[in-house]
Amino acid sequence: MAGVAEVIWGLATSHVPSIGAAMDRGKTEDPNWKDLFDGYAPARQWLAQHEPDVAIVVYNDHANGLDLDIVPTFGIGTADHYRVADEGYGPRQVPDVIGDPDLSLHLLESLVDENFDLTVFQELEVDHGLTVPLSVWTPDPGDAWPCPVVPILVNVIQYPQPTAARCYALGQALGRAIRSYGEDVTVGILGTGGMSHQLAGARAGFINPEFDAMWLEKIHTDPAALAALSREELIREAGSEGIELIMWLIMRGAMADEVTKVHSHYFLPASNTAAGIALFDNRAPQPA
Amino acid sequence: MTTAVAVAPPSPPIKGSPMSTNETGGRLNVPGTPIFDGQTSRRGLRLNKMLMSFRSAENRERFSADEAAYCAEFQLAPEQTQAVLDRDWTAMIDLGGSIFYVYKLAMMDGRSMQYLGGVFTGMTEEEFLAELRAGGRRG
Repeated sequence: MAGVAEVIWGLATSHVPSIGAAMDRGKTEDPNWKDLFDGYAPARQWLAQHEPDVAIVVYNDHANGLDLDIVPTFGIGTADHYRVADEGYGPRQVPDVIGDPDLSLHLLESLVDENFDLTVFQELEVDHGLTVPLSVWTPDPGDAWPCPVVPILVNVIQYPQPTAARCYALGQALGRAIRSYGEDVTVGILGTGGMSHQLAGARAGFINPEFDAMWLEKIHTDPAALAALSREELIREAGSEGIELIMWLIMRGAMADEVTKVHSHYFLPASNTAAGIALFDNRAPQPA
Repeated sequence: MTTAVAVAPPSPPIKGSPMSTNETGGRLNVPGTPIFDGQTSRRGLRLNKMLMSFRSAENRERFSADEAAYCAEFQLAPEQTQAVLDRDWTAMIDLGGSIFYVYKLAMMDGRSMQYLGGVFTGMTEEEFLAELRAGGRRG
């Protein structure tokens, strides 16, 4: 009998490389970092008790797995193995990522049938954009991450990035694609990046806590309102790199309209960035 | 993905007045905010390809041994080569460098993103970091 795949949770998290570096160098108790990692603890505890069969990580590459010869707006990895990239100082000492090609190819076909024409990555090295969120979820993976991973890539580096509305719609199509997978598997989905930050220009160092607070609230209660924001509004309010928050909308779109917030936390600065985490339970609330 | 050496003919000097970080050539104008759009990426393609090559330790060593020759190999425009040799980080951005690519050179020099932030905003690294720790800069 055919099974049913189900998204059990969604995790939104920043992917700042220095978060991974702080973990890799044992600095999580350092006064400049402690509050961030203390803020992760409740989410990590809950996630350890809700391990999915497979995870989908929506992320962007940063000049490591792909360069500017080809700039796919959306992409999906279909490999069974993704090596951890050398970003210029040797690869992070974390496990390589195991893929799930069957699920990848199912998602690809379903999404193309819904007119989301993703670029296919048969080979891909994954950078901090993908591995830092895995570390936020699982600080001590040992020899392997908790489950196989399907990477979904989004161009957030070169203008024009996809619109927030398109990302949200892709997420909704992704949710339908997952539910149509005829295997009895549980799925965790990670939306990564943000929160507000800008790395270059006279406005470098820009952070907007009011915007971030609004985003953290509405990603839970009213994602459609976030999907209505224009590219210009996002760059103005969240910074030229903060626009990567659109990737959270792909995660959120794949989830139910009503989700239960498990935990959220906001911290700054992680390197030049405001760092946020938000964890949502996608299963229908059980009667008390 | 491999980073092949560029095969196009050497590029001419980039015409016109230097770009300020507020003039993107694109539709967006957010003050103090470089927009890495299609025209910027076209302008910076060779520079960014060279910076991408620093993923390999062997290339990092070859660059360090003769920076100008390495820039020539990637057929950078003269201003781009000069910006690289001078470590003129603002010029690299203005000449089409993407911050994620430019940062690879900064890392080779042992420079942090906070150092670059200080350069872009006319502050020392310490001053820039202090502003971040105070809640970030407002636009």
